[in-house]
Amino acid sequence: MIKFTQVSKRYPGGYEALKNVSLEIDEGEMVFLTGHSGAGKSTLLKLIAAIERPDGGSLVVKGQNVGSLKSGALPFLRRNLGLIFQDHKLLFDRSVFDNVILPLQICGFDHRESAKRARAALDKVGLLAREKANPIALSGGEQQRLCIARAIVNRPSILLADEPTGNLDSDYANEIMSIFKSFHQVGVTLLIATHDENVLRQSDGRRLVLKQGELQA
Amino acid sequence: MSNWLIQHWLVFRFTLYRLFSTPVASLLNISIMGIALSLPVGVYVLQQNVQGLAAQAAGTPQISVFMAKGAGKDDVAETGKKLGQLDAVERVEFVPRQQALDELRHSTGLADVIGDLSQNPLPDAYIVYPKTAAPDALDALRDELKKWPKIDHVQLDSAWARKLQALLGFVRLAVLILAGLLSVALVAITFNTIRLQILTKRDEIEVSKLIGATHAFIRRPFLYFGLLQGLLAGAAAWLIIAASLYLLNHSLAGLTQLYASNFTLHNLSAGDSLALLLFSGYLGWLGAWLSVAQHLWQIEPN
Repeated sequence: MIKFTQVSKRYPGGYEALKNVSLEIDEGEMVFLTGHSGAGKSTLLKLIAAIERPDGGSLVVKGQNVGSLKSGALPFLRRNLGLIFQDHKLLFDRSVFDNVILPLQICGFDHRESAKRARAALDKVGLLAREKANPIALSGGEQQRLCIARAIVNRPSILLADEPTGNLDSDYANEIMSIFKSFHQVGVTLLIATHDENVLRQSDGRRLVLKQGELQA
Repeated sequence: MSNWLIQHWLVFRFTLYRLFSTPVASLLNISIMGIALSLPVGVYVLQQNVQGLAAQAAGTPQISVFMAKGAGKDDVAETGKKLGQLDAVERVEFVPRQQALDELRHSTGLADVIGDLSQNPLPDAYIVYPKTAAPDALDALRDELKKWPKIDHVQLDSAWARKLQALLGFVRLAVLILAGLLSVALVAITFNTIRLQILTKRDEIEVSKLIGATHAFIRRPFLYFGLLQGLLAGAAAWLIIAASLYLLNHSLAGLTQLYASNFTLHNLSAGDSLALLLFSGYLGWLGAWLSVAQHLWQIEPN
């Protein structure tokens, strides 16, 4: 599903975020990516979503070589991915419902079918009652769940989450992890970057440890 | 297909909403663009009106042939016969000197002055209607008639109309230059409006790119906005011109009555109105397109 071969990434100024990283994630796997901040976790996720491009090596996602993808093809790669951000990246000029339906509008789905799917996604994360609210009125945990609803409304085959429990207390964090587990059960491939010890303790699943840009054995 | 139409309809409705959600700013923009457009179009309308008048006069050219004072009845009849036989001449109208004097008396209100004259100062005259309206042929005909005996003066009555035509050609060029300059201004206004919109929509654009929006999808609402604003500016220009012509015709009525004429200024034709709308809509679209091409690629998620 996702295959890194000797991938490296250097930022302007010479900082090496990733050094010769090779890894493979199979379809339906749930993988945790850990390491200190600055170890390269976010960079690795950004490479998969083609937000950043690798400087060396090859990166293949769902059979496509991301490094050589033309910018016109990027949207269609990203439609296969559900992205969950630590800072949520919600739009505060529209309702909860309109935030969730945006990916479907972008893909040009039928309007009525889209509304149905958006409500199903909100139901899944327990926010259906808040669909008319503005996201600014939601708590941190609710905003994170809204971000998840937006990521899954498209029914992507891969979910990428960057510190999804970052600023949340343990109750909220557990809620979110149980949502992720339910996706894992229906066959979605998950890659979760986290340094939250609580989360790691409670979850089974493969662990990849990054240290100063290098993958630890 | 119908889904595709619904997508566009949604974007269009959203654009309308965006335009009316900032009524003052939109109104100001549309007025500025409308006024800028109405300048060249207004001059064009006036030029079209005067040109219509000139074409009417130049289209039926006449040559007035005035007989010499000393010409006798036989000379006049001989000249009339020769004029009638010319190939280039359609028909000839004879104006006896007495009839000319009577007409002068009735039409100009100079009856008192004419009554005081001891004798008729006017000569016999022919009005010649040539077959062609081509300027060169008319000039040649006039020059030939001038050489005939017992003819005092030959006048080509459409000469003034041709001078006016030449002047109007000059005005047309001025309209084109003005229109070109103000079109650039229109594109610039839209460019800047869209630039500001893109900056305030930065978050939305970034998130949309992250969740798989194509460039076309992100561009669409801005292009619609430019197009719509351009169309409304065209409509505003049309209204400005229609209102101005209404006012001008109102005061023109008093003026033309004095000259016993019923000349009125005509508004843009349906075709010209449509062209105005399409052109201003296109300029708005172009401004938006340039702005989007310039600014959208700068917003990339990170």
